[in-house]
Order: sequence, then structure tokens, then C-alpha cells
Amino acid sequence: MTAAPRNVRLLYFAWVREKIGRDAETVELPSDVVTVSDLVDWLEQRGPEYGEAFARRNVVRAAVDRTHVKPSAPLGAAREVAFFPPVTGG
Amino acid sequence: MAVCVQTDDFDVAAETEKLIGARTDIGAVVTFTGRVREGVGDKRITSMTLEHYPDMTEAEMSRIEAEAHARWPLQATKLIHRVGELRPGEQIVLVIAASAHRQAAFEAAAFLMDFLKTRAPFWKKETLLNGDSAWVDAREADDSAAERWG
Repeated sequence: MTAAPRNVRLLYFAWVREKIGRDAETVELPSDVVTVSDLVDWLEQRGPEYGEAFARRNVVRAAVDRTHVKPSAPLGAAREVAFFPPVTGG
Repeated sequence: MAVCVQTDDFDVAAETEKLIGARTDIGAVVTFTGRVREGVGDKRITSMTLEHYPDMTEAEMSRIEAEAHARWPLQATKLIHRVGELRPGEQIVLVIAASAHRQAAFEAAAFLMDFLKTRAPFWKKETLLNGDSAWVDAREADDSAAERWG
């Protein structure tokens, strides 16, 4: 039995958005992309702009379905994953 | 409890009045207003642009606010954060914490600001006098300030 395709909406903010060159896209995740960290590995294979955005891996933050998560967090049935620099509000 | 993300400026006195009104159970109201500074050291900015994650921002601010209510006996709170282009001297953020006694109000206001700075999805980009622009880096001091609450 083949798993159903997992379409995920990706959002990028601040300098992550500028380096990737777009603010959002929808991608179909391969089955071996399980965690947020796996997703970053996979994105990095897609083009140099992703490599540049994630060059400082430990600096880029992620949110899954609008909740902050660590790189080891499972994607599960996530609908939306956002990548962004450490926040600087206030 | 209320949070708001807006481009418009806010009036601290009017917001306080709206929140507290004629209530007589509140003995302490702490308000904090964050403003755009013109610069640090030799650096001078002409403006600052605040970007945010619209679908997450208010939800995260509400989580931070709920956490403050779980930690202190608060009668009322209000958080306002502005987005868009702001100039030096303009107001960015307002926190109001109201309680029966001052200690809870002081502590909750500090907690709310520390967590807004480290968890709410806002990003600042500064435009300098010479026209260059740069994203503001997160400060370790802000992380330390948030960590002290455990």
C-alpha cells in the first residue's frame, strides 16, 4: 500500500524569505521526510537558495502548524511549516 | 485578556481606560510602552519595518498572555504590537497588566515583555541613514531574560 501524498504549505519569513526568494510554496513530501530536520535536508537539495537560507542551520527556527518546534519535531500530518530567523519583536 | 496586532498607533491612556474602566477590584496597573530608538552608538536609522507571521502572531501572543494569567493573579491584561514601517520615536508595543496588588502587576508585565521578545513571531528590519537596510539580530540578553522565569 502506498502512503497518500503529503502536501505541505511552507512559509518563509524575514531573511529566510529573502534568501529563498519567495514567501510561500506547497510541496509534496517524500515518505522519508519525517522530522523538521529531514525537511531542511530535503529542501537543501532543491537549489542553492535553500542552501544559503539554511547555511546557519542552528539559527533558523521552525513552527509546525503555527507552534514553535525543535528540529527533531516530527512533521506528522502537518499542514503548514514555517521557517524564520530568531524573532525580534517587542 | 486581549491581544492585538495593528499598523495604527495606540493611545496608552485610552487603552488603559478601555481595559480597566470603572472596575474597583484592581489596585495596581503596570503599563509598558516600547518605542523605536534612533540608533545605538554611531548607527542611526531612518525607519524600522516590522514583519510578522499573521496566522501565528495573535495565537502566540494569546498563549503568552494565558501563561501570565496562570502564573499571577491578574484581573486584566492587554497586549498591542504594531507592524509595518515605524520611525524613531514611534510606539511599537504596549503591555498592560492589572492586578489587585503591585507585585503581580510588575512581574507579569516584565514576563509578558520577555516572552513577546523571544516567542512572538515578529522580525525587525532597520533602514539606515545611508539607505542600507539590515535585519535586526536576536539578542542573547533577551533569551536570558526569558529563561529567568523558568
